[in-house]
Amino acid sequence: MTEADEKKVRIIEVKESVFAANDEAADKLRSRLKEEGTFLMNVMGSPGAGKTSTLLKTIAELKGDISVGVMEADIDSDVDARDMLDAGIPSIQIHTGGMCHLDAGMTETGVNELQAYAQEETGAPVDLAILENVGNLVCPAEFDTGANANVEILSVPEGDDKPYKYPLMFETTDVVLVNKIDVMEHFDFDKKYFEDGVYLRNPEATIIYLSAKTGEGIDAFASWIKDQISVYDLA
Amino acid sequence: MHELGIVFYIIDGVKAAAQDNNVSRVEAVTVELGEVSGVVPDLLQDAWNWAIKREPIMDEATLFTEVQPALNQCDDCKETFSPTKFGKTCPACGSPNTHLIQGSGAIIKNIAAR
Repeated sequence: MTEADEKKVRIIEVKESVFAANDEAADKLRSRLKEEGTFLMNVMGSPGAGKTSTLLKTIAELKGDISVGVMEADIDSDVDARDMLDAGIPSIQIHTGGMCHLDAGMTETGVNELQAYAQEETGAPVDLAILENVGNLVCPAEFDTGANANVEILSVPEGDDKPYKYPLMFETTDVVLVNKIDVMEHFDFDKKYFEDGVYLRNPEATIIYLSAKTGEGIDAFASWIKDQISVYDLA
Repeated sequence: MHELGIVFYIIDGVKAAAQDNNVSRVEAVTVELGEVSGVVPDLLQDAWNWAIKREPIMDEATLFTEVQPALNQCDDCKETFSPTKFGKTCPACGSPNTHLIQGSGAIIKNIAAR
């Protein structure tokens, strides 16, 4: 009989949220970013929703007003980060090592890396750090990354029923972008049904229709971002 | 696949509790999963069985999962009801102004330890 066996089994009440440690790290990151004057925007959406192409167009629209850097989170590869760098946007790649989401700790490491890179390349840290999360509608919604705003990009071909199927994603999001409206006529996408679903989950949500291909609606998203940042700076 | 990430958080939480309570061996862990948390108990169990092998203090610990029912409350008449049964509309007064008050989280309830 080992020493451990001799000790009696006892029940220790823990009663702590599994996400408590992450929530704490996320709040810490948010207050640090506030001090440094950096706005962190977390962008989520399915693979192929058009996260990277929408961001490329939007950042071009913001150019001159706000300095922007992007953290590309993927399970593997660096294709998205390369697209950003090719467009002259400070960008780094975060590999999640097989995980389907980022947590606050990984995000903080990414922010440090991005700001160090921006400092070296442009002589200053960026005002707006964008996190392009792993393409997935379930897991990224469960972990608070420490972001100041959560953006969800959904594309028309994915269908108008997604707010009903992925409730948490739509509850945690501040703005829902509906991308690929240039192909709207080829799909049975019922705007009313979709909007009802979004507001059911989140009455405060903003919905913006756009097309990263034609550029329609990109200006609306860019001004939404500017509004968020001006409120943030004043607060 | 988020179950694996969640398991790592559970393990960290259990290790912290074990240290606080001077535990030498963890025999079992009970986790309460919200009905609408999106965590699948079977997948959590698989991820658990894989991940604990790397944790000497709990490498044979059993994971028990309990479901915490989802509960919505009506902002207008204060009635509480199951959103998985009634959706978001209050079954008592028909108001659409209701919100989830329980059932989206995941809690480490207790650990059995020596």
